Amino acid sequence: MELLQLLFGGIANGCIYGLVALGFVLIYKASEGVNFAQGDMMMLGAFIALGLGNSDQLGLPFGLAVILAMVLMGGVGWGIERVVVRQIFGQPQFALVILTIALGFVLRFVAGSIWGYTPLVLETPFTGKNLQLGGIVLGVADLVTILVTAVLTIGLWAFFAFTRVGLAAQAASQNQMAAYIVGVPVMRVNGLIWGLSGAVATVAGVMYASKGAIDPNIGLLGIKAFAAAVIGGMGSLPGALLGGLLIGVVEPIAGRYAPGEFAAMAPYIIMLVVLVTKPSGLFSQMQAKKV
Amino acid sequence: MRIAFKTSYDTDIDFHEHWNNRFWIIALVVVMALLPFIVSEYYLAEVANTLIFSLAGMGLMLLVGHTGQVSLGHAAFLAIGAYTDAALMNAGWPFLIAFPVAGLAAGLFGALIAIPAVRLSGIYLAIATLAVFVIVEEIIILAEPITGGVGGLFAPTIEIFGLSFDRYANLSNFYWLCLVIVVLVTLGYSNLMRSSTGRSFLAVRDSEVSARALGIDVTRTRALAFGLSCAVTGLAGALMGHFIGFFNYELFSIFISINLLLVVTIGGLGFIQGAFLGAILITAMPQIIAILRDGLNATAGIDLGSIPGLDTIIFSLILITFIIYEPAGLYGRWLKMRVWWEIFPLARRDMFRRQKSYLKTERQK
Repeated sequence: MELLQLLFGGIANGCIYGLVALGFVLIYKASEGVNFAQGDMMMLGAFIALGLGNSDQLGLPFGLAVILAMVLMGGVGWGIERVVVRQIFGQPQFALVILTIALGFVLRFVAGSIWGYTPLVLETPFTGKNLQLGGIVLGVADLVTILVTAVLTIGLWAFFAFTRVGLAAQAASQNQMAAYIVGVPVMRVNGLIWGLSGAVATVAGVMYASKGAIDPNIGLLGIKAFAAAVIGGMGSLPGALLGGLLIGVVEPIAGRYAPGEFAAMAPYIIMLVVLVTKPSGLFSQMQAKKV
Repeated sequence: MRIAFKTSYDTDIDFHEHWNNRFWIIALVVVMALLPFIVSEYYLAEVANTLIFSLAGMGLMLLVGHTGQVSLGHAAFLAIGAYTDAALMNAGWPFLIAFPVAGLAAGLFGALIAIPAVRLSGIYLAIATLAVFVIVEEIIILAEPITGGVGGLFAPTIEIFGLSFDRYANLSNFYWLCLVIVVLVTLGYSNLMRSSTGRSFLAVRDSEVSARALGIDVTRTRALAFGLSCAVTGLAGALMGHFIGFFNYELFSIFISINLLLVVTIGGLGFIQGAFLGAILITAMPQIIAILRDGLNATAGIDLGSIPGLDTIIFSLILITFIIYEPAGLYGRWLKMRVWWEIFPLARRDMFRRQKSYLKTERQK
């Protein structure tokens, strides 16, 4: 019974890692770049929702606040691509890594100056509510997280598999020059994907905030989500979700049955093992790169 | 305009293309050696700190700048160096043995990590080193008998042949020690870069497939670069431990790793000189910010001290500016200015245009 309880909590946590990882994968799928600021985008999204929705701030209804926050963060993501990332178009991947690390600090500073560094709590309709089901306690927030994650993953997968824009984005990532030649507006597609990943990050942030207090440093969760994305193979949406779930489940179980430090190490040990045995993730899409 | 007149094939691999390069470097070392007689203790400590950061920066430069592999976890190797050195000296080993052993330990650990890690490339390697960093941090907390756990560890005073190199009581001695180590490592590093090993590092950086075609064992080369880089960083970590005096795992945070990346990128990737320029910038910047803050406070009454995280944001903005406008870093900018001056009226605007590459992946879906 205890194991089941841990498992359920782990799955809900894993969904949040998975959601942040989805943001990584989105950008990776479209431009083969890695956005190290994804965790901080999640943090900023949560804070914007909090600023709009909490009764002592703007006090909008919860649903409206979340949708507005998603739109705003979509704008932030699009703006980051437009103003900063586009400048280093055609530079090595390494430049984007350093650039986004620096951007993460900027976002943290912005959130810290507006909302301060003391933890705040987001008011949601389902905070603290529980369901009893045959001896285990199911938090409503956890259930909503799992549901939202499932819907988002399927939606994004369908977006890349079936829509014109999604296909264009994949084409742009596979061969930029060829995509240009067949008329894909590569830059515009990139901007769109960054916006989308900002919106997804907001959802992740709201789900994270529904379970506890947030402060500007929660963006460091991004590193763990990153491990999730890597375990799944950077280019795969379902892989990212599964990687997140794996980490989410292993963490509390390792924490329960092993010393505390081991729980902190577990995600990274899994990641290293996956990297060593299958260098491009469990759902590999990569063949050897040519010159 | 200078002309390097080559009279034998050997001049091509000479250390310095021109005699006056050598002159300026000797002059710089002499000035640095005389520094304790010129500046006050406070600035001398700052310079020693800069030297230590340059040493760590050189370690990372070897990996990032010259072999083209990104590491986000170099703080872990600083930590390994610092803890090995301090723990061995606490166990009674003399500094002259403990110090190289610390470098060796960090290097061996790095090489051990490198064996699986070198199979990864680009982004994956960066992530793997990040994971190694987190794991090392947790191991340091777990290994309390050696590392002091959360409480921390005291780095004993360095003594060589009865001469004290205490960081507070004999700061000049400690400074000279750092200077000698940095000069020796720089000499070794620049010699390495003109050997066949160094050249193979560059080949691996520029194109792995071509390097392999030229008969370079890519895996071995990358592992070697990783190990050497970690060893140099470990040496820097040992010195850093002595400089701080009393430290725990928090000294080697992820921010140190990022600071080191900042050192090499702002300094100029692929130039040894870049590590020094970057280290100067990163150690001088907090001082400059503090002076500016006091100045603003006194003259305009604007209190910037009340804004937390101001240093970090300024660093980040500098970094973003450099990545966008001058990816070659400070040293690259200096080289461009020098060329412009040397060929004075003939420089054209597009001479240093960056080449863009278009992305092509082998992903199937």
